[in-house]
Formats: sequence, C-alpha cells, structure tokens
Amino acid sequence: MTNRTVLVLLDPATEVRTSVLELLTIARSLGRAEAVTLEAPTVEVLAQLGAYGIETVHQAELPAAVRGDERHLPAVVAAALAAAVRRTDADVVLVPTSFAAKEAAALAAHALGAGLVIDAAGVHDEDGRIVGTKRVFAGSWDTACAVTTDVAVLTVRSNAVVPQPVETAVSTEVEGFTAEVPELPVTLVSRTVKPRTSGRPSLEEAAVVVAGGRGTHGDFGPVEDLADALGAAVGASRDAVFEGWFDTYIGQTGVTVAPRVYIGAGISGAPHHRGGMQAAQVIVAVNSDPEAPIFEISDFAVVGDLADVLPQAAEVIRAHKA
Amino acid sequence: MRIVVTVKYVPDIASDRGFQDCRVVRTPAEGTINELDENAIEAALQLVEAAGEGEVVAVSVAGPDGAVALRKAFQMGAHRGVLVSDDALAGSDYFGTAAALAATVERLNADAPVDLVITGMAALDGLGSVVPTLLAAHLGWPALNLAKKVALADGAVTITREADDVTEELSARLPLVLSVADTANKPRLPNFKLIMAARTKEYETWSAADLALKPDAVGQAGARTETLSAAPRPPRDEVELVTDKGEGGKALAAFLIRNDLV
Ligand SMILES: Cc1cc2nc3c(=O)[nH]c(=O)nc-3n(C[C@H](O)[C@H](O)[C@H](O)COP(=O)(O)OP(=O)(O)OC[C@H]3O[C@@H](n4cnc5c(N)ncnc54)[C@H](O)[C@@H]3O)c2cc1C
Ligand SMILES: Cc1cc2nc3c(=O)[nH]c(=O)nc-3n(C[C@H](O)[C@H](O)[C@H](O)COP(=O)(O)OP(=O)(O)OC[C@H]3O[C@@H](n4cnc5c(N)ncnc54)[C@H](O)[C@@H]3O)c2cc1C
Repeated sequence: MTNRTVLVLLDPATEVRTSVLELLTIARSLGRAEAVTLEAPTVEVLAQLGAYGIETVHQAELPAAVRGDERHLPAVVAAALAAAVRRTDADVVLVPTSFAAKEAAALAAHALGAGLVIDAAGVHDEDGRIVGTKRVFAGSWDTACAVTTDVAVLTVRSNAVVPQPVETAVSTEVEGFTAEVPELPVTLVSRTVKPRTSGRPSLEEAAVVVAGGRGTHGDFGPVEDLADALGAAVGASRDAVFEGWFDTYIGQTGVTVAPRVYIGAGISGAPHHRGGMQAAQVIVAVNSDPEAPIFEISDFAVVGDLADVLPQAAEVIRAHKA
Repeated sequence: MRIVVTVKYVPDIASDRGFQDCRVVRTPAEGTINELDENAIEAALQLVEAAGEGEVVAVSVAGPDGAVALRKAFQMGAHRGVLVSDDALAGSDYFGTAAALAATVERLNADAPVDLVITGMAALDGLGSVVPTLLAAHLGWPALNLAKKVALADGAVTITREADDVTEELSARLPLVLSVADTANKPRLPNFKLIMAARTKEYETWSAADLALKPDAVGQAGARTETLSAAPRPPRDEVELVTDKGEGGKALAAFLIRNDLV
C-alpha cells in the first residue's frame, strides 16, 4: 500500500451520487482516500462515506464574499480543491466528469502546476505514476496516459468501476479549512437545477440507457415504457431534442454515457451520436431500416417498428422480473 | 470590436481515426476544421456585424496542414488568419496548447486591443473542453463557457448555459474568453465570393520564438502527461440481427435476459 493521499470532490454534499462512490472506490485503490466539500455534509452522507472507508472530509470555509450558489462556480470549487491539496499534501485529485467539474479540475490543475487527464475510464498506479486510461475516438481506441507531475488531477467517467464499500465501516470526521478565493471575475446572475425525474436514474450514471431518435416520430412513450421496465435512464438523439420531443441528448456535444447496456430506438447512429455512447458494453438497436448504420456497432438488433418492438420487450421483461 | 476565434485542425469524425506512435494521425485527406469551431466563427461574425465594425482573426495551433482550418474560417468571413506552427509545439498537452494560444492573443492584443476570444465547446478529437478555461487563466481574463445564448451590452457579455442539468446565466466584462455550444447558432454556409477569395487569401505563420514561448512550457517537453500506449479496440462481434415478424420485442427481451442484463 502506498502512502499516497487521494482527494475526491463531493459536490453537492447533500447526497453521495453513484459516480462519487465509484471515485471513492478508485481512490482507495490508489492510497489514503479523503473527501473535499464546500458545504456541510448531512448525517446520511457522513454514514455513507464511512461505509466507503473515508475517515476525513475536508470542508472548505469560504470567504463571506462568496454567496449562495456562487460556491458552485468552477473558480470557487477549484480554489477549494487547490487549497485542500496544499493543506493535505495530496498527490491525486479525482472529480466526476461533468462540464462544471472539468472546468474546476482545469483551474485547480493550473493553480497547482498539476497534470490533467479528462474523461478517464479507469485510474491505476504504474511504477509509482498515476495512469488514466481513456476510451477515445468514439470508443474505437484505448489510450493510457501517465501524469508526470507530482500532483495529478483526473476527471473520471461514470461506470469506471463497481462501487465497493469497505468490510467494516469507519467513522467520518469533518475538518474545516479556510479556502482563499480570488475575486470572482464572473457574476452568477441566476442558477436553476433541473429536478430529476423521480424513480429514474440519471443519464450520466445509469447502468442501462434507452434512447429514442427521430424514428419515434415524436412519441417517446414506448422508449420510456421499456426504460421503466428495465429501471433504465432515458436519453435521445440531438435531432429528437431539437424537435422538442425530449430534453437531454446523448453524443459528442451532449451527455457521454458508458453504461452496461445502451438501447437505441429509431436512432440512425450518426458519428456525433456514436461518440457519446460507443463505449457502452453492450449495444442494442431497434430500427426499421435494415441498413441502419447503428447496426455496425450493435451486438444485437431488431429490424422493425419501435412502436411494436419496444412495448413487447417491456412486457416480457416485466413478466420476467415479477 | 476585435475578436480572436480559435480553430483546431482535427481528423474528420466520419473518417477512420487512429494513432501512430501515440500521436493522432493527421492527414490532409481527412483533416478538417473542428466543426464546433464553426459555431465560434459564426458567433464572432454576428457580434462584429451587430457592432457595424470590427475584425475577426482566426488562430490555429497546428502543423502546416492546419491552414485548412484557417481557409474554412476565411470562407465563412474571417478577416485575418494566424497559423501558430512549430515542431517545438508538437505533442502539447492542454496546458501547452493554452499557453501557445494565450501568447498569440497577447501578441495580437499588443497591436490593437482584443475584446473577445471565442472558442468552440470542445475539439472533436481531444474532447477535453478545457482549453478555453485554461486560455482565460493564462490571460487573466474571465471565462464564460458553453454559451447557448450570448448577449453583449455596455462592455459586458451575458450568457445562458445549460449543462449537467443546470441552467445558469453568467456575465462578465470584456475582455474575456467565451466558448459557445453547438446549440448557440447555425454556422452560415460560405458564399461563392468568399470561397473564391479564401483560396488565395494569405495567412501569417508564427513560430514559438515569434511568441517568445519558453521551450519547456510547450510541446512534448512541457507536457505534464505522457501517452504510454494507444491501441485500437478489438472489433465487435458480428451483430445478431433479428427481423421483426411479430416476435421482435420478445427476441430483444430474451437477448437481455440470456445475457444477464435485466
Ligand atoms: C456539430 C454537430 C454536433 C452534433 N452532436 C450530436 C450529438 O451530440 N448527439 C446526437 O445524437 N446528434 C448530434 N448531431 C446530429 C447528428 O449528426 C445526427 O443528425 C443525429 O444524431 C440524428 O438523429 P437520429 O438518429 O434521431 O435521426 P435520423 O438520422 O433521422 O435517424 C432516424 C432513424 O430512425 C429510423 N426509423 C424511422 N422510423 C422508425 C420506426 N418507426 N421504428 C424504428 N426506427 C425508425 C430510421 O430508419 C433512421 O435510421 C450533431 C450534429 C452536428 C452538426
Ligand atoms: C484523444 C486525445 C486525448 C487527449 N488527452 C489529453 C489529456 O488527458 N491531457 C492533456 O493534457 N492533453 C490531452 N490531449 C492533448 C490535447 O487534446 C491537445 O493539447 C489539444 O490541442 C487541446 O485539447 P482538446 O483537443 O481537448 O481541446 P478542447 O479543450 O476540447 O478545445 C476547446 C476549444 O479550444 C480551441 N482549441 C483547442 N485546441 C486548439 C488548437 N490546437 N488550435 C486552435 N484552437 C484550439 C478550439 O476552439 C476548441 O473548440 C489529448 C489529445 C487527444 C487527441
């Protein structure tokens, strides 16, 4: 076991999302894992961190000038991360892969002179160096990238590992520390968080994703029905979102997913879309066109009308589960 | 209104992309402008048109073939192009790329003040989405990232961004770095006159020395990461294709159940 210290960003501190549990699991495999937060963790959160072997949570105390939602601004999160690294002499910082977290990771790495790996699908130690593995070019190449600086900052994709609690839970202490935040050059005018559809996992984190495209012709009912039968998240192609049929799309410029199973219905499989889902372990497609490009990257596919195929599949799965 | 737009030269995403000796293969046949930088050019042109005056300068850090990205910018209406090209820049990581772009902006800014740098939301090869943030940090300017809507008034830019299930309105004063999302606008199609003019339009080429870049801050020498390996993924097995004759949904469910995916 090395004596490395690995910090995991916990933001927000009101819940521990699956992606954070994955980061904690990776952190433990690299060294001593600790968490960093910008707000007070709840009792439930502390219990969950304890179950994952985290003894210390570093809670940044922010200057009074940072108000309300401003604590979510990347510059503020970065300042807290950099201060936490200096305070703990940490070697590695792990954050989830969201756009806001990428910005914070970049700024923290800039402040620390640290090397940065974005979108790692795995992190390991190789001859004492931190190595991030990445799935690039729409999932068609595997690369491994070693960080050559003393401190390594990595953003890690969801589903990189299966979250593993420790055998015996530990008790978790919160330690406050002062984080200096430079004057913010950006004003936060407003911030609204989209409420999550209750009962459905988030698209980024889901183990199973069902996505609908132009081939739904505007009716996402069958897509949502199959998703709910599977306990899956729902996604879409950009065209379907631009049509106003759904609100979140998968792809190179949308959400990147790497679930165990991706099911695409009425989606042709354009390169931009593939870029956001090709790293899925199993790809299933339903398309009325026997020549649909998505079949080239699918493991299993049905040539047919999704309005017939999806409800039938949902019914069989519900019966199987019952 | 003086705007610098950063444009990256990338392999076409529809082509067979790959690595050789841990570096991305970049061939003229498959090299193109990063599509998402067309949104940046469009945003810049719209702001200059609204101001009624101004200049759009396209900048690319790339090998000599990177001129392709500048030509595309010219076709859309960019007024000036700078190719920052030097063997010393090869193998730059995020920080080296941002340092080279920052030095370019500083040199342009010394000639005449630059109001804005506009970038794409991501380069479709590296997909880091961090260069705009790092570029702003180098310049000491604010960064407004992933804009879906952009409004400029009284020397300040206000953007709306939608990312990670959060909608934010952010604003900052010029000069600043702005990255625009693919949803920000629809890039214009080049007109015939501009296409013809772009063929012969001259661009400048600047070296690392022209920008007084320290050799250990850029390129492979300055990189904080080292690519250890790059290997193609094994091809997927042939697809199991079922044609729906009334039992397609059952077959799909059976596949998932059989493979323990339910
Ligand atoms: C800069 C840029 C970025 C982009 N980024 C993204 C991105 O991140 N994500 C993304 O998804 N797209 C993105 N796009 C768009 C992308 O290029 C494609 O246009 C888009 O993915 C196509 O969506 P689709 O598959 O739903 O539609 P289509 O390509 O029109 O495909 C519809 C499919 O449905 C099938 N179909 C029709 N009826 C039925 C039926 N009844 N049952 C079953 N199948 C049926 C058809 O055979 C067809 O294959 C981007 C484009 C650009 C220019
Ligand atoms: C597959 C792959 C993985 C990589 N992983 C890493 C990594 O983990 N860590 C690391 O430090 N480096 C990494 N790199 C190197 C990095 O991609 C380059 O430094 C690159 O020039 C900038 O990063 P990006 O492509 O991710 O750009 P992004 O940050 O996605 O680019 C955003 C915008 O910045 C502008 N821009 C970016 N690059 C240029 C340019 N050269 N010229 C002009 N404008 C530009 C464009 O407007 C673009 O739309 C990787 C490269 C590849 C191809």
